[in-house]
Amino acid sequence: MKFAVVVFPGSNSDHDAHYAVEGPLGEEARFVWHKGTSLGDADAVILPGGFAHGDYLRTGAIARFSPIMADVRRFADAGGPVLGICNGFQVLLEAGLLPGAMLRNDSLHFRCEFVSVRVEHVDTPFTAACRPGQVLRMPIAHGEGNYYADPEVLARLEANRQVLFRYVDASGQVTRDSNPNGSVANVAGLCNEARNVVGLMPHPERACELAINGADGLVMLQSAVHWFTRRAPASVAVRGASSLSA
Amino acid sequence: MRVRVFVTLKPSVFDPQGTTVAEALHTLGFGSVDGVRQGKYFELDIAASSAEEAKQVATDAADKLLANPVIESYRVEVDTAGGAR
Repeated sequence: MKFAVVVFPGSNSDHDAHYAVEGPLGEEARFVWHKGTSLGDADAVILPGGFAHGDYLRTGAIARFSPIMADVRRFADAGGPVLGICNGFQVLLEAGLLPGAMLRNDSLHFRCEFVSVRVEHVDTPFTAACRPGQVLRMPIAHGEGNYYADPEVLARLEANRQVLFRYVDASGQVTRDSNPNGSVANVAGLCNEARNVVGLMPHPERACELAINGADGLVMLQSAVHWFTRRAPASVAVRGASSLSA
Repeated sequence: MRVRVFVTLKPSVFDPQGTTVAEALHTLGFGSVDGVRQGKYFELDIAASSAEEAKQVATDAADKLLANPVIESYRVEVDTAGGAR
């Protein structure tokens, strides 16, 4: 399986994502510069964390107009799996590929710490290998992760089961104290209506090895392989597929 | 032609920065300040033959880039007195 990792000027988790795919996951990854116009034959796309274009104006506001975003949109519209991590999530929001917007953290602090998130739904390319209700411990590093959607949009997201991750305490309960940024309804991540575009603030790619940070994030990348293997013709090479249970 | 664009958070959107600034002002003795909303201010110098044309360009720019309609609203003012400084 081939992952394209989009690199914007100011991306800083692009190498983490590339490493997580090529190393712990055991699949192929390649960088795609934001001025490129084609994702090539990628099977999945990662918009990585960082501070694209310095976060000037608003997080993701400039990056959404990068030339590669036209092909990301085409890929997403065709049902291809797209994962936006942190700044990548913010870019997807600004691009309108996911609903809502990000506000400054309610604490006004840049939060750099581990959080627990609960997997709400497992019928997406990036949660397919999770258990419903599974609690994942992953790091966050952001100043603007305070997710906002107006009440009508939020009600629609809940009705469509688009809220994929919520900040919870270690026992899996949604609490005010477990919410690091003031995000409405403790939303840590969501998907689009077609369920192939996923964005979240925590960094799964920085939690893929037991030696550093734990390995809870790896299941999200394994989910993509799991999802892809079930859809792809048998001739498509998936290096890590044999290690996954159906 | 100089056009000013003011971008502010919608009234329904909580503004943690504005709230913090208000608290700081209260600490400094500005007890009469009931509330603060923080926003962004842009000056656009636009080559246009009329104020209407300049305003339209600025409005299009605000719609497309300067403001995020999910959380922000904006106001456009054309500076009819002065040209580009």
